Amino acid sequence: MPIIDILGFSVWYGGQRVLRDVTLDVRKGEILGIIGPAGAGKTSFLRSLNRLNDLVPGFRTEGAIKYHGVNLYRERIDVPTLRRRLGMVFATPAPLPASIYDNLVFGPRLMGRMKDLDTRIERCLRAAYLWDEVKDRLSLLAPSLSGGQQQRLCLARTLMLEPEALLLDEPCSGLDPISTAKVEEALTLLKAEVSVVLVTNNVMQSSRVADRTAFFLDGRMVECGPTRDLFVNPKEKMTLEYISGRFG
Amino acid sequence: MRGRIRFIGWFFTSLTGLSCLLIVVAVSIILGNIVHHGWDRLTWEFVSAEPRMGMTEGGIWPAIFGTIALVLLMTLAVVPLGVAAAVYLHEYAPQGSRLVHVVRLALQNLAGVPAIVFGLFGLGFFVQFAGGGIDRVFFSGSLVVGQPCILWASLTLAVLTLPTVVVATEEALRAVPRTYREAAYALGATKWQMIRRVVLPQSIGGILTGAILAVSRGAGEVAPILFTGAAYYLPYLPKRLNDQFMELGYHVYVLTTQAPDVEATKPILYSTVLVLLLVTFGLNFFAVLLRSRIRRRLRTT
Repeated sequence: MPIIDILGFSVWYGGQRVLRDVTLDVRKGEILGIIGPAGAGKTSFLRSLNRLNDLVPGFRTEGAIKYHGVNLYRERIDVPTLRRRLGMVFATPAPLPASIYDNLVFGPRLMGRMKDLDTRIERCLRAAYLWDEVKDRLSLLAPSLSGGQQQRLCLARTLMLEPEALLLDEPCSGLDPISTAKVEEALTLLKAEVSVVLVTNNVMQSSRVADRTAFFLDGRMVECGPTRDLFVNPKEKMTLEYISGRFG
Repeated sequence: MRGRIRFIGWFFTSLTGLSCLLIVVAVSIILGNIVHHGWDRLTWEFVSAEPRMGMTEGGIWPAIFGTIALVLLMTLAVVPLGVAAAVYLHEYAPQGSRLVHVVRLALQNLAGVPAIVFGLFGLGFFVQFAGGGIDRVFFSGSLVVGQPCILWASLTLAVLTLPTVVVATEEALRAVPRTYREAAYALGATKWQMIRRVVLPQSIGGILTGAILAVSRGAGEVAPILFTGAAYYLPYLPKRLNDQFMELGYHVYVLTTQAPDVEATKPILYSTVLVLLLVTFGLNFFAVLLRSRIRRRLRTT
């Protein structure tokens, strides 16, 4: 059962076309890995899902993205609500220059949902594998954490929104292998409750955690399938060359 | 050849260094002169009493009070207005639009207008048009706010310092990283929530720097308040917004040129200038202190 349907979706920034005719779906309870070389349109695709590209001057779309059947670019929708439902974590950790606690309650504060905060904070920090490291020092400034801890804090902060899906943009790009392993472990446990779209530069990461993997190249979605099929038996020659490290 | 290159290097090092030295010397001479001549008369009576005997005796307390009240009122007016304008320009207005261009142009021109023109503008717009209008409409023509007073003087100064606050605030807004803005949006913030909870707290330091610059500028200007509220001689303090007031800068001007006995007021003149400098430094110091306190509080919450 797909929660997001992407149908023939294209994106321009000014005169430059960065996504061409992408058709894909995001299903309930899965991790969808998106791989491809730099400049393939992975991030543009991800940022189109929660309409964060609206901020880019000259941004234009064609085709449709339907979230539970609602066309995000043609119908009147409440964008802040959409962004809460589809929680995003960025490639570079983006903690706000405030305490760990304030970062975590930023979303709930906006909604005015301050009930049971402490239990929710503990649950989200545990889910992001950060609880043991910060439980005694929630008043610490978030930017003073290590990069890996910051990224897991951002994941926990997004989980505080109780999103239906997570949009992760290379969440492990700056992290050491141990932090990466923790984030990946968190994701595999989370997918029971939230769907995950995982954009990654790391082909092996997709093969480790994704249920399905899509391969992007030059703004096109080359192929998408169950992760094992795509890695063992890719249909397209370009996919084979990319995953075997011949370019990219 | 090498000798010549070395000479040119030595020459320009000296030239630029001398320029800096000249500044230090000039400031030292000015300050030294004022402190030397003004220190003796700087007694408690001088800063706490009103002027007497054609301003050759007594103190300058009404002028000190008037200056501080004027600058505080000006700050109250200019900071909210300037910050609001900067937020609109930088956050809401479509970038590169004609409107933004026109407003920026207006601000630049405002910053280049001579201070005396602000004085005339204040007289014409605030005192006669706004004040006179209010009197006609609300007080059936009797003179209440249609006269020079501290309210109009501080508003005139606020217009004068507006570009300073707007430019400083815009700089501060520009310095807020895009990642913070995107993080707030991605967590479901509306534009206003993003500005209110991320951008403004982040730029409070820069905004207060703008306020400090405005205070420095405002406390030193005489021309804008000449026709809009400053009094030649007024031995009591302003109690209401429509009272006139004495001001240190204006008092210096009066002592130098208008006093009945200019020679007799000379010692007082130096002390008054010294007090004007001290008050300006004091207001600045207060603002800097406020800024560092707010910064510290933001850092720990």
